[in-house]
Amino acid sequence: MSAHTSNQALIDYTLHLADSSLIMAQRSSEWCGHGPVLEQDIAITNISLDLLGQARHFYQYAAGLINQSADHTLKPATEDSLAYLRDERAFKNLLLTELPKGDWAQTILKHFFFSVYQSLLYTRLQTVPDKDLAAIAAKSLKEVAYHVKWSSEWVIRLGDGTAESHQRMLTAIEELWPYTGEMFRAADYETGMVDPSTLHAGWLKEVQDVFAEATLPMSSESVYMHVGGKTGLHTENLGYMLAELQYLQRAYPGAEW
Amino acid sequence: MSVHELEKLFQDKIDQEIKIEPRDWMPEAYRKTNLRQISQHAHSEIVGMLPEGNWIGRAPSLKRKAILLAKVQDEGGHGLYLYSAAETLGFSRDQMIEDLHSGKAKYSSIFNYPSLTWADMGAIGWLVDGAAILNQVMLCRTSYGPYARAMVRICKEESFHQRQGFEILLVLSRGTEAQKAMCQDAINRWWWPSLMMFGPKDSESTNSDQSMKWKIKRKSNDELRQQFVDMIAEQVKVLGMTLPDPDLVWNESRKHYDFGEINWEEFWNVVKGNGPCNKQRLEARRKAHDNGAWVREAASAYAAKKAARRKTVAA
Ligand SMILES: [Fe+2]
Ligand SMILES: [Fe+2]
Repeated sequence: MSAHTSNQALIDYTLHLADSSLIMAQRSSEWCGHGPVLEQDIAITNISLDLLGQARHFYQYAAGLINQSADHTLKPATEDSLAYLRDERAFKNLLLTELPKGDWAQTILKHFFFSVYQSLLYTRLQTVPDKDLAAIAAKSLKEVAYHVKWSSEWVIRLGDGTAESHQRMLTAIEELWPYTGEMFRAADYETGMVDPSTLHAGWLKEVQDVFAEATLPMSSESVYMHVGGKTGLHTENLGYMLAELQYLQRAYPGAEW
Repeated sequence: MSVHELEKLFQDKIDQEIKIEPRDWMPEAYRKTNLRQISQHAHSEIVGMLPEGNWIGRAPSLKRKAILLAKVQDEGGHGLYLYSAAETLGFSRDQMIEDLHSGKAKYSSIFNYPSLTWADMGAIGWLVDGAAILNQVMLCRTSYGPYARAMVRICKEESFHQRQGFEILLVLSRGTEAQKAMCQDAINRWWWPSLMMFGPKDSESTNSDQSMKWKIKRKSNDELRQQFVDMIAEQVKVLGMTLPDPDLVWNESRKHYDFGEINWEEFWNVVKGNGPCNKQRLEARRKAHDNGAWVREAASAYAAKKAARRKTVAA
């Protein structure tokens, strides 16, 4: 691999991490002011803030890499140019993160799937040779541990709560499970970083444990898995999200805010 | 002890600046006034999340998004403190929320105005939080202990909000022509409603005298409003913007700014439910609550199951 392509791979990888966190944050921040109970409105906004913070760290690092490279189409880059001025085909977030917020069951399950994955990923990422990525991962792990705890408790509460909450969790599993496979399938730019396929067994084990306590069934392993987000092939949801997120930067090019 | 003696003891305490605590004897009207005011204040924090929440998705930079999210979250926290303070007066949060949703309880009318541009995030922080602070700083010394203590915690965060709002406008005021226009437009729209936040004129305020005597309030509506005008009339100069009041002028003999007459017809209309967003705000709150019903039921069902299991294990 040439120096150029490996640098591009590192940029893409960092953008992938940034995009997933940002889109997760953007989606979950839709709950702010509309949560099912005030304490949880505050809790999920906290998580949105954590994810947004992670995204910013990754974008800032990616911007630095881009600005150091000899010529790059995204130059000059800032955290905001990367978040606000790339089109949907350039976004590399997991499809799971862009799915509609749905009801509280879908939001909870999405956070559970994602945060368990993130905790496994960041645990490994903090030991990669790239010091900056390792540092961001290490710094984020404490937050992610809380996200795992918070979402697991809710999965259990809803799974083992009322007949209605149980049913809503079953629906959520059916909706979201087909988007979990993508987390463990490597894109080209992941070569040499953490191999995501090695996280799969640990993830399944943790999901299984929590589902068992929640009296929820595991989905079959043969369910068809959607992929594409990592390489810019998204669901129709993302375009609308970006239209909202990027509106002001697009409407007033070059303005400072 | 006779009621008369109890009342005298109560007023003595207040006169000596001793806080009234939940278990102390208090006149029923004092309890009711506090309950109405604190719950109304709590509702205002919660409904107040909506106009700003409206721009979280569209915040123009990641930094602004983070600041706005944290700010709206703070307001939710304020709501929590205040509901807890109100609950010490013997009324549950659920009951208070029911009263909000039925229209029986009020919240601050300011949140019945729409947030139309990004500059509104600045104007709300600067003017709305700014007006709220003056009221809340006074309430840090209110006579009911739990309310006063909640206010002390809240005031620290509010001053941040005001500074952040001002900073949003400051950046816009130094930006492009479109941004400057956006900034002035937001100030124009939020100025008068902010002045209305202090309530009716003293001459028309019904509960004021008793509230002053009980030290629930320590400054009158007009005093606070004047303080606000004096503060903002100076700060707006830093922005290089103007306030939409041709009568606004420094009065050397009063050492205060004179200002124009508030449109009281608009004020009463919004109070009565005819503001631009009254309906939408209440609907949004009701919808969140109704959609959350199954979640709250599941949480309590699970808690009950868990408690029952623990009991079985213990037995
Ligand atoms: Fe507040
Ligand atoms: Fe505030």
